[in-house]
Amino acid sequence: MMQVQKPRLILENGLRVDGRKPDELRPIRIELGVLKNADGSAIFEMGNTKVIAAVYGPKEMHPRHLALPDKASLRVRYHMAPFSTDERKNPAPSRREIELSKVIREALEATVLVDLFPRTVIDVFMEVLQADAGTRLVSLMAASMALADAGIPMKDLIAGVAVGKADGVLVLDINEPEDMWGEADMPVAMLPSLGQVVLLQLNGNMTPQEFRQALDLVQKGISIIYNIEKEALRNRYAEYKEE
Amino acid sequence: MSVTPPNENIVPLIKKDSILASLERGVRIDGRKLGEYRPISITLGYIKKAEGSALVKIGDTMVLAGVKLEEGEPFEDMPNQGNLIVNVELLPLAYETFEPGPPDENAIEIARVVDRSLRDSKAVDLSRLVIIPGKKVWNVWVDVYVFDYGGNVLDVCTLASVAALYNTRLPKVEVEGENVKIIKEEKTDITPIVQPVVTVTVGKIGKYLIVDPNITEESILDAKVSFSYTREGRIVGMQKGVNGSLTLQEIDAMENLARTASQILFDELKKYINL
Amino acid sequence: MSNTKIYFQDRSIVTPGDLIAEGDFQVPWSPYFYRIENKYYASVTGLFTIKEGNIFEVIPLEGPHYYPRVGDTVIGLIEDVEIYGWVVDIKSFYSAYLPALSLLGRPVTPGEDLRRYLTIGDYVLAKVETFDRTINPILTVKGKGLGRIASGTVIDISPVKVPRVIGKNKSMLEVLTSETGCEVIVGQNGRILIRCASSAQEDALTEAINVIQAESHTKGLTERIRKLLREKLGGSKNDASAETKANT
Repeated sequence: MMQVQKPRLILENGLRVDGRKPDELRPIRIELGVLKNADGSAIFEMGNTKVIAAVYGPKEMHPRHLALPDKASLRVRYHMAPFSTDERKNPAPSRREIELSKVIREALEATVLVDLFPRTVIDVFMEVLQADAGTRLVSLMAASMALADAGIPMKDLIAGVAVGKADGVLVLDINEPEDMWGEADMPVAMLPSLGQVVLLQLNGNMTPQEFRQALDLVQKGISIIYNIEKEALRNRYAEYKEE
Repeated sequence: MSVTPPNENIVPLIKKDSILASLERGVRIDGRKLGEYRPISITLGYIKKAEGSALVKIGDTMVLAGVKLEEGEPFEDMPNQGNLIVNVELLPLAYETFEPGPPDENAIEIARVVDRSLRDSKAVDLSRLVIIPGKKVWNVWVDVYVFDYGGNVLDVCTLASVAALYNTRLPKVEVEGENVKIIKEEKTDITPIVQPVVTVTVGKIGKYLIVDPNITEESILDAKVSFSYTREGRIVGMQKGVNGSLTLQEIDAMENLARTASQILFDELKKYINL
Repeated sequence: MSNTKIYFQDRSIVTPGDLIAEGDFQVPWSPYFYRIENKYYASVTGLFTIKEGNIFEVIPLEGPHYYPRVGDTVIGLIEDVEIYGWVVDIKSFYSAYLPALSLLGRPVTPGEDLRRYLTIGDYVLAKVETFDRTINPILTVKGKGLGRIASGTVIDISPVKVPRVIGKNKSMLEVLTSETGCEVIVGQNGRILIRCASSAQEDALTEAINVIQAESHTKGLTERIRKLLREKLGGSKNDASAETKANT
C-alpha cells in the first residue's frame, strides 16, 4: 500500500472528485431474474459498485432442531469476490464480511414477513463483483430486489445510501476516495413507505447537528433510489401493458 | 476424505424415459444433436477491477472468471517462471443445495483440471511473467466463480479462464537494477496466455455419447470423460468422471467426438479474441 | 360508514410497500398484502384487482413455490420412500407425506417394500388432505384418477400462474385442449400433465403455456392463445377420443 497524501475531496468549484454535487447520487442500474436456478436474483449497481444477490426459499430447514417453530430463519452471506477490489481479496471470509452478513441479515429480518413460513429457512447470498464504496448497502438492496423477484412477501423494499463527510462537507453516496479519506461514513437503510430505519452505522465522527443534517440528506437520496427500485419491478410487465 | 454424495437432483422417471427415447432418435430433449453445444456467450472485461475478466454462459451454466495480478517471488527451483494459481468456487448462489464454505472436492477437482489444461499445454507462458529473474515475478490469480449451475461446469470454467487470460494485459514495469517500478495504469500488449485451450466433456447415457450434458442429462450419466485440446488437436488433459465404467472402444469414440466438438469452442473464442 | 380509500386502479401493478387502501374493509386474509391499523400495504409484486363490494385482491406475479391448500389437486414427485409412506416434493416450502394406507387401501405389511408401488422419481396425482402451520401437508390418492402417473409429459410452471392456465370458468383450459387435442391435467402446485398424440401438438401446447406465464397479467390472452395454437397446428382439433380433465 503506497503512502499518499490525503487528496482534496471537494474541489474549488464545490464539486467532488468524480464531478458530482454533494447531494448527487451515482448512476443506478438494476437487473432482475438474472439466474436460472435461484428462486429470485438481482444485480444492483451504484456507480462502479456492483453486487449480485440470489435467494432460495422459503424451504424446509434441516436439521429440524435448528428450525424456528413459528417463523422462517434467514441465512445470509455477504461475500466479496477476489477480483472485486484493487488488490486481490482472499476468498476466505474476513471479520468485516462476517459483521456485514449479520447487519444485513438483521435488516432483511425487519422486512420479510417471516411469520408466514414457520419451520423454514430463506437463504440470501450476496456476492460483491466490483467494490467501489457502499458495498453493504448495494448488497442489501440487491438482496431486497432478489426477495421481491422470488415473490417472498415483505413489508417494503429496502433502500439505503451512505452519507459521508468530505473536507467538512456532508456528501451523499460516498465514493472510494471519500470512504478512504473522509471524516465520516454513515450508511443508512430504510423501509421508505413505512419510514422505518433498518440499518444504521457510523464509521468516523460527527456532531449531533451534522447527524441530523445527514439524516435529512439520506432521506432525499433514499426517496430517489426507492422510486428506481419500484420502476424496475413494474417495468417487467410494461412491455405487455394493456390498453 | 471423500464421501458418496446424496442424490441432489431427482430426475423424474418419465423424464428419463423421454431422454432415452429421444436419444434413440438421435436427438436430445432440448433439440440438440448428440455432438452439439448449447448456446454460448462470452463477455470480455465484465469486471472493471479485475486485470482481466470474462463472463461466459453455456446454456444455463454461468461462470465469471477474474484475473488479478500480484507481485510475488518465484519458487527457488524455478527462478525464471511466474506463478499461475487457479481457484474455482461453486457458489451457494448457483444451486439450491450448494452450501457456503471453502471449495469442496468438486470445486477443487475442477480447479486442478483447468490448471493442468493451462499448464501442460504451455498455454500460459510462465516465463513471460518474470519481472526480475530469481527475485520478482507476477502471480497470476485466476478466480473462477460459478454463479448458475446448469450442468457441465468444467467446460465453461476452462473457457472462462482462457477468455479472461486473453483479456489480461501485464502492466508496464520499469526496472533499474534492483529497483522495480510498476505502473499499474499503463498496460503493455503482453497477455499471460499464448494459445487457446478448450475442454470438451462427453457423457455416456446407456449406449449413447453426448457432448455438453445439461443438468438433467448430467444427473443420469453413467460415466463421462473430459478432454482438453489445443487448436491443433493435441490432447493436453483428460479426466474421467462419475462412478460408472467405460470400455476402450467407448473411450476411443468419445475422444473422436470430443475433438470434433472442440472446434465449436475455438470458433466461439475466435469471435472475441484475435487468435 | 367509515371512510374507505383505494389508492390504485383495478388491474394495476403493485409492488411491496405500496399503500393500496385505507379504511375499514372486509377483505379475506392474504399473504400478498398486510395491514397496519387501517392501512393496507402490498407485500409482493402483483396485479391489484377490485371486485364488487369494495373487495380488493393482490394476485402475485412471481413465485416458484406453492402454498398448500386442503382439497387442492397436486402433481407430486416422490423424493423418498419410508416404512409407512412416501415423502413427496410438491414444489412447496414443505415436503408432503403420502401415507401408504392411502394408496394400498390397507395398512402396511411389516417388511413390505413400498418401492413396488411408488419409487423415487415417480410422479403421482394426489389431493392435499390436511395441512396447517404445525405439520407438513398430508396427501391422499383416494379418488378417481389419482395415483401413480405412468405416462405423459409433466411441465413445470410457477404456481401463481395456474389460475391463468385454467382461466375464468375453465375458458383457457378449454382452448388448450380443443385446439391441440391433448389431454391436460393441471396440478394446483404448478405442474401440468399433458398427453398428446404427436410431438408437434406437444410442442405447440408447451409454447402456449410459456406464453401464458409471460403474459398472465394482460387482457385478451385467451384469444391470443387460441390464435397462436391455430397458427401452429392449423385449425381446431376436436378429437372426440381425447378427454378433457380439469381439476380445480
